[in-house]
Amino acid sequence: MSVSIFYAILVTSLATFISRFLGAVSSQGIKETSKLFKWFNCLAYATLAALIARTIIFPAGVLIDASYLSRIIVVILSLVVFFVSKQNYVYPTVFSALCMAAINNYF
Amino acid sequence: MINRQFFFKGYKSILAPDSPAIALGCCFIAIGALLKNLGFNIQESIFSTMLTYALPGSLVMAESLLVGASLLNIFLAVWFVNARLYPMAVSLFPLMMHKNQPKWKYYFSCHFIAVSAWLIMKSNYKTVPKKQRIDFWIGIGSATWSVAVIGTFIGFYFSEYLNKDMMMGLAILNPVYFLCMMVGASKTIQITLSVILGTILGPIFYFLSPEWSILLGGIIGGTIAYLIGELNVS
Repeated sequence: MSVSIFYAILVTSLATFISRFLGAVSSQGIKETSKLFKWFNCLAYATLAALIARTIIFPAGVLIDASYLSRIIVVILSLVVFFVSKQNYVYPTVFSALCMAAINNYF
Repeated sequence: MINRQFFFKGYKSILAPDSPAIALGCCFIAIGALLKNLGFNIQESIFSTMLTYALPGSLVMAESLLVGASLLNIFLAVWFVNARLYPMAVSLFPLMMHKNQPKWKYYFSCHFIAVSAWLIMKSNYKTVPKKQRIDFWIGIGSATWSVAVIGTFIGFYFSEYLNKDMMMGLAILNPVYFLCMMVGASKTIQITLSVILGTILGPIFYFLSPEWSILLGGIIGGTIAYLIGELNVS
């Protein structure tokens, strides 16, 4: 490993904290009823959705080794479980883990 | 100081039936195992989670270390992937601002901004008086942060019992949980469109620039959703 773990952790923390801190500072003068707030709300949801879609379609880490089809099947089935369970968050989450492990074990 | 009643009310949100504790804990178990496999010791793994407390950022750091990236490359890669925290902070803090609360609480608690805590706060802030929302938020943040640290600890020590299929199961759990929470939160035309457009545009922009795809997808998708929502209202 070319860089020390200690410095990698420091740099990662700093890069993460900057966005949080700047967000906290620049939100001082923004009212929750303003158009700017609404716009940032949309940006936040869209950015999160983009991140989640990217994590599923172009993953990092171990998910790279799971086939594209298996990831899509797991996500679709989990959403079905989510709606069938009347929008419960725990059932589809647990289901997704079991389903992904089973698909990769047997197929 | 911090109002204990609202702090603990926030802290207990992690015990709710739809709490993110399971999903969050499992994801950080995967991170703990990953960091151990990368050569981190237990102190480094715990400090990494405590100081970063953002899953995609930790994953990017791990990937960058694996390919031998420089510190500057790690900084930029993490900054790009975690830049989403900026609009998340701006769309959350105005809900908690109160003139009688000291500023340090806001600067201190911005560290807790992460998807799980943010989504819990977004769906519960109306149940708390505005003056106490920051204490409630610090409670939620402390709870999710604790779960992340405990998850990393468990993952580090149980990594040898986790095979590849189990690691894959743990890795898919987080995006699925967040996806369900986002779908559940899509109650207005602006948020629904933001989620749909972000989901479509994020991967499309990946083909143009992997580093910028999340930001571009979020900014363009969110702006279009905002404009359509405003037109619809007027």
